[in-house]
Amino acid sequence: MSPLTRKLLRDLWRMKGQALAIALVIATGVMMTVMMTGLVESLSETRRAYYERYRLADIVAPVVRAPDRLAEAAARIDGVAAVQTRITGGALIDMPGRAVPIQAQALSLPDRGAARLNDIHLTAGQGLARAGDDDILLLQSFATAWGLGPGDTLSVTMNGARRELTVVGLAQSPEFLFTAAPGEMIADDSRYGVFWMRHGALAAVQDQQGAFNQVLVGLTRDADAEAVKDALDRLLDPYGATGAHGRDGQFSDIVITQEIAGLRSTAASVPPIFLAVAAFLLNIVVGRLVQAEREEIGLMKAFGYTDTEVSLHYLRLVLAIAVIGAALGCLFGIYAGYGMTDLYLKFFKFPFLVFRLDPASFVIGVGASILAASAGGMLVLRRVFALAPAEAMRPPAPADYSRTGRVGQAVLNLVDQPTRMVIRRLTRQPVRMAGSVIGIACGMALSSAMLTIFAAFDVTIENGFAVADRSHALVGFNRAVSEDTILALKRRPGVMRAEPMRQVPVILSNGRHEHRGAITGLPEGATLIRALSAELAEIEMRRDGLIVSQVLADKLHLAPGDTLRVDVREGRQPVLDLPVAAVATGFSGTPVYMELEALNRALDEPGRVSAAALLVDGAQAEALYAWLKDQPAVAGVAIKNEMRAALERMMDEGAGQTRFILGALAFVLTFGIVYNTARIALAERGRDLASLRVIGFTRGEAAYVLLGELAVVTLVAVPLGAALGHGVTQLLAAAYSSELYVIPALFAPAAQGQAALVVLSAALASGLLVKRDLDRADLVETLKTRE
Amino acid sequence: MGAIAYTTRGLTKVYGDGHTAVHALRGVDLQVPEGEVVVLLGPSGSGKSTLLNILGGLDRPTEGTARFRDTELTGLNDRQLTRYRRDHIGFVFQFYNLMPSLTARENVELVTEIARDPLDPGAALDLVGLGARMDHFPAQLSGGEQQRVAIARAVAKQPDVLFCDEPTGALDSQTGRDVLAVLQRLNQSLGTTVMIVTHAASTAGMADRVIRFADGRITSDARNATKLDAAEIHW
Repeated sequence: MSPLTRKLLRDLWRMKGQALAIALVIATGVMMTVMMTGLVESLSETRRAYYERYRLADIVAPVVRAPDRLAEAAARIDGVAAVQTRITGGALIDMPGRAVPIQAQALSLPDRGAARLNDIHLTAGQGLARAGDDDILLLQSFATAWGLGPGDTLSVTMNGARRELTVVGLAQSPEFLFTAAPGEMIADDSRYGVFWMRHGALAAVQDQQGAFNQVLVGLTRDADAEAVKDALDRLLDPYGATGAHGRDGQFSDIVITQEIAGLRSTAASVPPIFLAVAAFLLNIVVGRLVQAEREEIGLMKAFGYTDTEVSLHYLRLVLAIAVIGAALGCLFGIYAGYGMTDLYLKFFKFPFLVFRLDPASFVIGVGASILAASAGGMLVLRRVFALAPAEAMRPPAPADYSRTGRVGQAVLNLVDQPTRMVIRRLTRQPVRMAGSVIGIACGMALSSAMLTIFAAFDVTIENGFAVADRSHALVGFNRAVSEDTILALKRRPGVMRAEPMRQVPVILSNGRHEHRGAITGLPEGATLIRALSAELAEIEMRRDGLIVSQVLADKLHLAPGDTLRVDVREGRQPVLDLPVAAVATGFSGTPVYMELEALNRALDEPGRVSAAALLVDGAQAEALYAWLKDQPAVAGVAIKNEMRAALERMMDEGAGQTRFILGALAFVLTFGIVYNTARIALAERGRDLASLRVIGFTRGEAAYVLLGELAVVTLVAVPLGAALGHGVTQLLAAAYSSELYVIPALFAPAAQGQAALVVLSAALASGLLVKRDLDRADLVETLKTRE
Repeated sequence: MGAIAYTTRGLTKVYGDGHTAVHALRGVDLQVPEGEVVVLLGPSGSGKSTLLNILGGLDRPTEGTARFRDTELTGLNDRQLTRYRRDHIGFVFQFYNLMPSLTARENVELVTEIARDPLDPGAALDLVGLGARMDHFPAQLSGGEQQRVAIARAVAKQPDVLFCDEPTGALDSQTGRDVLAVLQRLNQSLGTTVMIVTHAASTAGMADRVIRFADGRITSDARNATKLDAAEIHW
């Protein structure tokens, strides 16, 4: 081993604390890059392969009832590669021991042969090839949640009739990577079922013999999707088409697409913060080392080492730290990636999901991280280059503070000498101090933003489930029924209050901006489900226009007073132009409200309701739900507490998990910077501090000079971190918000306080660690060292 | 002979242990009266600096005792040693050890702020002939000027003893003479006991007493019949 290599290793060992702190900051950045790009790659690639293998349709066109012969016409549309017609229908599964029925979807599979599109992946039992009319394949995740398997029977109500169905097999489907009950945004394997029946059997149940109510279309490679959708709509319009949509209209795909986009944006935005901080720290630490080793550098040059060789020595030191950090980061990243993959499998029902990394992007990502982090240290190498051997052999001149001396003399006169030392040092290297301040502020900003987002999730849940929606349960009906149904409900024991609702599927458009959703009709003076302003004040339902949720207003570029085109996809399917009367704050989903009677009038269907919001007496709830279960008109009952529990579970385990990781990483970052700041201050001032001790200053007094600087840097960083944190909160809130739920960018004083506490405890811990070294320092030895 | 400042008995200092043990002092017995200028001479590693550090309260002996006036130094804890340095001792080092972030005057004030009966910082700097440059930072001063600031800082608290470890080691001969002249003047005007560690034998001419060290022992202890003026010293 060459002497320089040995020196390199010893230098690394000597500065191991700092080197490790920096390496960990780099490791964090690399870990997130590796883990998140890996997850993006794994999720998108697995999804692509899964969709391709089971031929997920590119376009889905629902219709009320269309004759089978239309399938051929659909296949002739330019750009269509494959067509599969099928029957779908709502169903209620009555699980023993559960008061309310579980909503489910029944889907048909061809009587003979595999489905040309939206095929299923059989995981247990047998297929439907030799199945009878009452045999079904059940969605694997639902079966697992209820402990069901082949041979078990289910009591199912479809189209008003109850039947006993036998599970012959379990299946997964690319259509149901993520499931939630209609109208809910929350994954819950146990509260939404999917099953498949033979086409003929389901046709008999749903009165669809010789017909279908859904067309699935696969596109050719160069197809114009919009043109195909238009052609399908024209073809199916006479049969009650509600509008063809692509995968972007499919709930499961929306959720996973948003998850991938979220991962991608986090992977692009957060790791650079860590790498920039690492670059800054390496710059300072290596700069300090080069300053201290002027003599050695001069000596090596005097011996005949070239500038390049000497610089290379220090470059290797920088790279060693960066590479150690990157290697740790890769290991952590791959480990975390595998862990996250398991977690994702709980939410996204892939038949398989292997954490994988694209070698090219892996190498580029890690290489770029190493370069970015080392850049800070490399800047210092110019000084190594520039150092002349003779100059290096002269003792260094004392650091020149003369240009800071006159600043604020009036202020300086008020303080003692140790305080002046602190002030002068802070003002002498404003750039470096600003770097430390910004670095610590970044750490605090990340912490406070993560903590604020925790709080914001809670606020969203609280506002969505307790303030905007004060009902206990929502009862959905099979079709729009007479408002007398509400009166009947009100008379049931256990119903304290019942309010009508009407939900109408619509396509909303404002110019080229389009959204597929539903309008919710609520009566004037509704008390259970309400539209709220940003200040949580109730917005009264309007007869003269729509109340649009903020997320939708943003998506469609709407403001109050604008006119929105409403293409109703139900009943006589009118196209209406309605004004936007107000914008409501949203918590989950993208609701659009209108006064119930006005909505019915516009549809020319007076006195109709499609759902009821209930306030239920807890003591009689069981009996009420049992009665509802037997009502043929009831399509489903959603109990709010169950939805809330499911949402909270999802927040904590799914999307929420990354918050905890980011929170921990923010702490690593903060500690890394604070500790380095303290460490460097000690290295640079060891001699001064020893001199103070010799002169007769106590340990505490000497430590004041050292830690005073750290205290000032920390205290300046805290308010800056709070301000930055608010900015990061807005970015994160926007990143976490989606059409599924809205995370507000709150200002949460408690979160800011906790983040400040994190910074202060990091400062305190670093201060104590450094003070311990200061106390241990041998006065005599320190004084003998020349600098 | 006046009152005794220091008395040591069997002072021994061993660094490390076993095979790696280094005996810096091997049983030194010494008495230093107040008001003397003592020069400790000897090659590197002879133990003179170790003695100075122990007497100055920077280090502790392995064995033996060191007494300052009525105080047993070896019995003091860390806090008491700090107090001792603060109240009685001034230090001047080879490499000055000034605070680069403080001006000359502020470096002196650093000490006068915590001393019991300090000189005026300006007066202390006048004493070393730097009254005119007191608002300069160390970076703006020459080596000799920096050493004189260090001396002003050391004497400003009116210490009982001034310890100087190679005070001229980093200086050219003329500047070195100027610095020694300052030390001599202080001894004469304030009666401060001055102990100078050096391996420049010529410095010995200005001492009341010259103690030579080798291998951790005192090899000779002699009084100068006539003291030279610092200006007459050559090396």
